[in-house]
Amino acid sequence: MEVPILKQGEVLIATFQAALSDADLEQLRRGLVLQVVKLRSRGVIVDVTAMDVMDSFASRTLREIAHMIRLRGAETVIVGIQPEVAFAMVQLGLTLEGVATALDLEEGLAYLTEKFKNID
Amino acid sequence: MRAGEIRVGIHSDQDIVTARQQGRALAIELGFSTGDATLIATAISELARNIVSYARKGEIILKIIHASSRHGVSIIASDSGPGIPDIRQAMRDGFSTSGSLGLGLPGVRRLMDEFEISSEAGRGTIVTVKKWKQ
Repeated sequence: MEVPILKQGEVLIATFQAALSDADLEQLRRGLVLQVVKLRSRGVIVDVTAMDVMDSFASRTLREIAHMIRLRGAETVIVGIQPEVAFAMVQLGLTLEGVATALDLEEGLAYLTEKFKNID
Repeated sequence: MRAGEIRVGIHSDQDIVTARQQGRALAIELGFSTGDATLIATAISELARNIVSYARKGEIILKIIHASSRHGVSIIASDSGPGIPDIRQAMRDGFSTSGSLGLGLPGVRRLMDEFEISSEAGRGTIVTVKKWKQ
């Protein structure tokens, strides 16, 4: 299942589906980094609202995506982690340390806009 | 309510997704809250991932369990892989030999109500976890 990546101005938006396999996640990581380079994007929003499980592999891949994109000089924000998913992540001992998160797409966009303003 | 058990063969990363979806569906069917169903699905995901990472193939069995006044779900993750030489070490947070997980078993234990593991070097590993409906 491929993850669609949308371009909105300087921001790329990737929307996760519920049933992503490890291979899908790896493909997304590759795809996002390539698109950020190609389109000279300054920000990336990863929307995980539909994700029903965030296990160790998924959270590690999200951290890697954010770090790779930061090395390109762009910012990543993860939006839409569901409350029960957040609870399970904490129980499991998973963290997204060093990765920005926001409530939803709108707040994610607001976060990036503010970031860009401070840099410009 | 359905009887018996659901068996999911674990051979690839796609099977991890199938196993956790089946587990969530069963939990919801049993009347677990979406929060508990998420904990169960997450535990299945980690157990199935251990099978793929360490043993390459194995099986997840989901069962409905009953006690005097309550019911719940049990998950048995079994493989014929290399086994875990030191279970006590594997149950410590941060321990990983595949270099990719680092969490695994202690995290799964926190997600569920009951946790049992048996493993023999060269013979394989069986992890049984249970969650009771509140």
